[in-house]
Amino acid sequence: MKIEISKMLQKKKKQIIDLWMKNQMADATLRDDLISNEDLRSQSEELVDALLKKLTDENLTNIDSADFDDVYEILGGISITRARQGFSPRETGTYIFSLKDALLTILQQEIKNDPAQLYEATLKVSKLIDSFGIVTFETFIKGREEVILRQTSEITEISTPVIRVWDGILALPIIGTLDSARTQVVMENLLQEIVNTGSSIAILDISGVPAVDSLVAQHLIKTVSATRLMGAECIISGIRPEIAQTVVHLGIDLSNVITKATLASALKHAYSILQLEVRKKQLAQNSSKTN
Amino acid sequence: MEKRTMSMTTGPITVLNKDKMPVVKEQDVVPFRNRVKEYATKIGMGLVNQTKLITAASELVRNMLRYGNGGETLIEVVSKGRENGIRLTFTDKGPGIPNIDQAMKDGFSTGKSLGLGLPGTKRLVSEFDIKSIVGQGTTVVVTKWKNG
Repeated sequence: MKIEISKMLQKKKKQIIDLWMKNQMADATLRDDLISNEDLRSQSEELVDALLKKLTDENLTNIDSADFDDVYEILGGISITRARQGFSPRETGTYIFSLKDALLTILQQEIKNDPAQLYEATLKVSKLIDSFGIVTFETFIKGREEVILRQTSEITEISTPVIRVWDGILALPIIGTLDSARTQVVMENLLQEIVNTGSSIAILDISGVPAVDSLVAQHLIKTVSATRLMGAECIISGIRPEIAQTVVHLGIDLSNVITKATLASALKHAYSILQLEVRKKQLAQNSSKTN
Repeated sequence: MEKRTMSMTTGPITVLNKDKMPVVKEQDVVPFRNRVKEYATKIGMGLVNQTKLITAASELVRNMLRYGNGGETLIEVVSKGRENGIRLTFTDKGPGIPNIDQAMKDGFSTGKSLGLGLPGTKRLVSEFDIKSIVGQGTTVVVTKWKNG
């Protein structure tokens, strides 16, 4: 006689939930500090409810079946709320997999006398629950990825500020790696700012660039050329000793570009181009004698 | 008496540590460079040599991405005599380089770059080896000794 697994499990719903709860309570990884037992029970009941309602012997072997959409939704919700509550993905995974133990125990009780059928049913249920476990992981990772994507776009946005240090002098500190996309943003911001402010000198500070390879150098040279085409002069500052040696060994020719070791000396150079002078304030000699 | 010419870097090369890392997209470049830096710092390589090694690694990994559609990198901590160093291996299954002599010349590029990648890298590292078979791929092995 062929037993209908889904019908059988549906009849034993109460028992399944009780057994699952018992398993969870006995588990050493139970986090009663993060979730109360009542919440845990209602969460578990909701999941078992949704699962057993949709479970038939046909879709038991088809984990992609649209019947399980509700279940997947609940699983996703559980995964996200648990992640927020501070559960590790392992704990959430263990939670789902402990349902398998409960289901398998019931199967074992019901189909004691037919090992072949018990084996088949066990295999099917295992596969289904495994796939549920994977869903919780996927949701967890997706949540993390969204955070990373948001941060990436935030970083690109904040990482290329154009600072007006003096009338006619712009400074652009570059931090991190200059790849093609970054260079594009840097160049656009810089050229636009040159137009907006009518500046005639731009200082590119590369103190925060960890390595200057030929691609980075090429991007720098391009930026300098573009700035010159706009009628402004470009100074590259923040060249560290080790970067200088590396650039020489690589054979990159930066002799057409004004380069300085520090932002301060670049600024000084910019002042001299604009024929400005920064001096310490001289106190009148008379006033100092009156003391 | 037997005359001995023992220098710091003679004898067989022994591999102390191995680390494989695939590089298939531009976002992999920075993590790879950081990994190289980590190993270089661990063996106590000076800042200048470290920067040279990282720059060389950066050049080669970019070449691999641009011309070889990405590939596999291998970072090894090697020792030879009393000298420690880092050996990097870059393997791609790209189109290969038909004329290596030409590719090793300053200013030669099939792309629109400065053409300094390969010759520049050779000047930055202690040992440089390139093998390429057209249609099968390219392997570049570079070694930078701690004090080399």
